[in-house]
Amino acid sequence: MSFVAAKRPTPFDYVNYALLGLISAVSVFPFIYVFAVSFTDPKAYVPLEFYLFPKKWSLAAYRYILSTNSFLNALQSTVFVTIVGTALSVIVSFTFAYALTKKTLPGRKALLGGVVFTLVFNAGILPNYLLIKELGLLNSLWSLIWSGLASAWSLIVIKSFLESLPPELEDAGRIDGCSDIGVFWRIVIPLSMPAVAAFTLFFAVAYWNTYFNALIYLSDASKWTLQVLVKSLVIDSDSNGVGVEGTASDDAVLPQETIRMASIVLAMVPILLVYPFLQKHFAKGVMLGSVKG
Amino acid sequence: MAITISPQPGNRPAARSTLWKAIVQHRWIYVLALPGVLYFLLFKYAPMWGLLIAFKDYNPYSGFWGSDWIGFKHFAELFASSTFYTMLRNTFAINILGIVFMFPAPIVLALMLNEVRHEVFKRVNQSIVYLPHFLSWVVVASMSFFLLSTDVGIVNKIVSGDGFEPIPFLSEPKYFWAILTAQSMWKEAGWGTIIFLAAMAGVDPQRYEAAVVDGASRWRQIWHITLPAIRPTIIILLILRLGHMTDVGFEQVILMTNPLVTSVSEVFDTYVYNIGILRGQISVGVTVGMFKGVVGLVLVLLSNSIVKKMGHEGIY
Repeated sequence: MSFVAAKRPTPFDYVNYALLGLISAVSVFPFIYVFAVSFTDPKAYVPLEFYLFPKKWSLAAYRYILSTNSFLNALQSTVFVTIVGTALSVIVSFTFAYALTKKTLPGRKALLGGVVFTLVFNAGILPNYLLIKELGLLNSLWSLIWSGLASAWSLIVIKSFLESLPPELEDAGRIDGCSDIGVFWRIVIPLSMPAVAAFTLFFAVAYWNTYFNALIYLSDASKWTLQVLVKSLVIDSDSNGVGVEGTASDDAVLPQETIRMASIVLAMVPILLVYPFLQKHFAKGVMLGSVKG
Repeated sequence: MAITISPQPGNRPAARSTLWKAIVQHRWIYVLALPGVLYFLLFKYAPMWGLLIAFKDYNPYSGFWGSDWIGFKHFAELFASSTFYTMLRNTFAINILGIVFMFPAPIVLALMLNEVRHEVFKRVNQSIVYLPHFLSWVVVASMSFFLLSTDVGIVNKIVSGDGFEPIPFLSEPKYFWAILTAQSMWKEAGWGTIIFLAAMAGVDPQRYEAAVVDGASRWRQIWHITLPAIRPTIIILLILRLGHMTDVGFEQVILMTNPLVTSVSEVFDTYVYNIGILRGQISVGVTVGMFKGVVGLVLVLLSNSIVKKMGHEGIY
């Protein structure tokens, strides 16, 4: 920036810093409020009191929610979908994207065209629903795994990353007698670890956060994922009762707000834990994707 | 197909054997591509057959083949219904608010961040405003609920004050579009700055130094140096954004809607969900979905070709 004027902050700077501070405060306020209430002792909790930190710390809300079967079931379903879905997504996306980088591959143009077309047109909600139904996957967690497995956007970004690798290394592998699969597995993948890491996170976050597919494909409450459960706890349940069939004995004393906010926190904790990595990898990903489609 | 790889296009047997050789040579590449190809065929292309249901009187008991063809009857009924125009109005209203408020937000925020000289302050601010992008809409809607609802909303309590009636933000139609826009800004404006900040980072610092020597104020530097540098990015993104005028965030709307606000919340995707999945009128739902998909396709291709005509590289 302008180094000549950089010496002393001007009124312009003060106003700018103040406004940015305000924007950050607005961004972060809902997190702090939800955290503060969720860790508040249910007996000390006063509804609609303004909290930035709990007046009296307590893990009661978390202890309660982690003791309910519905929450543990939902957590188990979500973890299953996230782990299996992410693993399959990474495998299918990287193998297909690698094949699409082969300029001499007969039929490459048709395959690439077929992928890109899905970027601008998809069959829509109901045809996808009917397919899942025909496959007998309604109320199966596999419906979520299949419907989020690979997308044109991620394939194109991975493909452009793979194309940026130096081709000499692949040639060296071939001279050493590797087959195409050997080159892919022993040379391309080890060189692509940053992209593999970034896309593992990307797919995992997408699976963890999925709501819409779970809403339409899983009508059986015992199969619900965390996002569906949190939605029903926070938004659907009226002020008279939390919709979980609990096993804790003292649920009568717990105000629901602390429990409901604890459920929100639990639904976003994994995201917050990986956020430093997300921020690092994804800012790059946005640029990579925008440079060339 | 890949006849072009033959050195002599006229020589058919030679072309075929060259092609065959190339296919055999790449056999393991096809093996690598196979799972992805099968996935796209089954989960992206097979459902497109289902669009034909829009032209049938679909009945789940007789199935696809057993249902009668009825041509464009569903389309005619759709265009004659008042629901269609409500959905159209809501879709455009939400998108126009998005373009007026949501589109400039990351640009303004990026300009502000770009003026920060204190590196740590800048990085902390970026980390904070990028974060909501990664949250699910369920979490964002749940937080909004605790801020705005009449019984547990803290913001509601602050703005309505003691002794005043709480404001029914979530159940009064007149607030609905504004709340959607505010949510989108909270979630995505920070993340949207990345592409503009990258464009700003490409500006030669000497230009700012020269401007300072000429006595240009900070405002003038922004106006004459920074903004022109990101103008191509702004124009491209705006045109591409216009190509998505039929899209409304489905998860966001379905989470925020309730029976009191359907007059302003019903958009194509929510209608497809309500009528097709909840009420089982598959053919009507597919018709609405297809209408949206085709109009969306035309708009996206149109906006992309405009970007290309202007001499920039398109997305597709």
